[in-house]
Amino acid sequence: MEQFKAKNKENEKNKRALVNEMKVKMPAVSENESTARSVVNAFVAHYDPTVEELADIRCAVSEAVTNCVVHAYGGRGGVLYIGVKAYSDRSVKIEIRDKGRGIEDVKKAMEPLFTTDKSGERSGIGFAVMQSFSDSVKVRSVPGKGTCVTLIKKLASEE
Amino acid sequence: MANSRIVVTTDGARLTVAPRGEIDHHSARSLRERIDSALYSARPEVLVLDLSHIDFMDSSGLGLLLGRYQRASEIGCEVRLMGCSARTKRILELAGADKLFKIEERA
Repeated sequence: MEQFKAKNKENEKNKRALVNEMKVKMPAVSENESTARSVVNAFVAHYDPTVEELADIRCAVSEAVTNCVVHAYGGRGGVLYIGVKAYSDRSVKIEIRDKGRGIEDVKKAMEPLFTTDKSGERSGIGFAVMQSFSDSVKVRSVPGKGTCVTLIKKLASEE
Repeated sequence: MANSRIVVTTDGARLTVAPRGEIDHHSARSLRERIDSALYSARPEVLVLDLSHIDFMDSSGLGLLLGRYQRASEIGCEVRLMGCSARTKRILELAGADKLFKIEERA
């Protein structure tokens, strides 16, 4: 049964075709938080998303990029890589990757209200926002090597 | 948004601060300084953060609100939010912060 499920999943996966792709590289500085939102917004806008879907994506991207700027590189700058893919089933995959310090305990970092900030100026809900505003969030991280956050958003059917 | 626009008005013991544009981690820095400066010079009884003119806010914006709540509480000032969009309310709810602030609707 498990084998059948896995194969079915694979078939489902193969049914969708990649229709467009974008790769962007930029310095991981706070000025680029809005730049990152804007470029992803411009790419996704081609696929006729609703205003709400586009706003969800902007917010989730902003959280992931801010994590790179603040946590991965500790505000010292580095390189931020953004990859966006649009598929024929109207799903959009966004990868936000850095080569920063990585996350020791991803599960803990993703707990709502978890923050390493002591100033009271960070809310600790960055991952919770990504999860709330995306259909799927995956985080892969290797301490000392970097982190990749993959966001999937399924756009509603065009009517 | 290095030069975040912000409108500050005082009405008796009530200080209203209305930022414009986007609140993210980058813009939050200058907004924080300007709101705190207005707060500490006016020392009002009530600080109203009017979010009616905010086009975008993420969890850094929530951090800004929570930080102002903390600073204002330290000087005995109540913080109220005004003009919250549905999206802002959703972010507040994710952190349970909707119970912290009194939310006013715009007159």
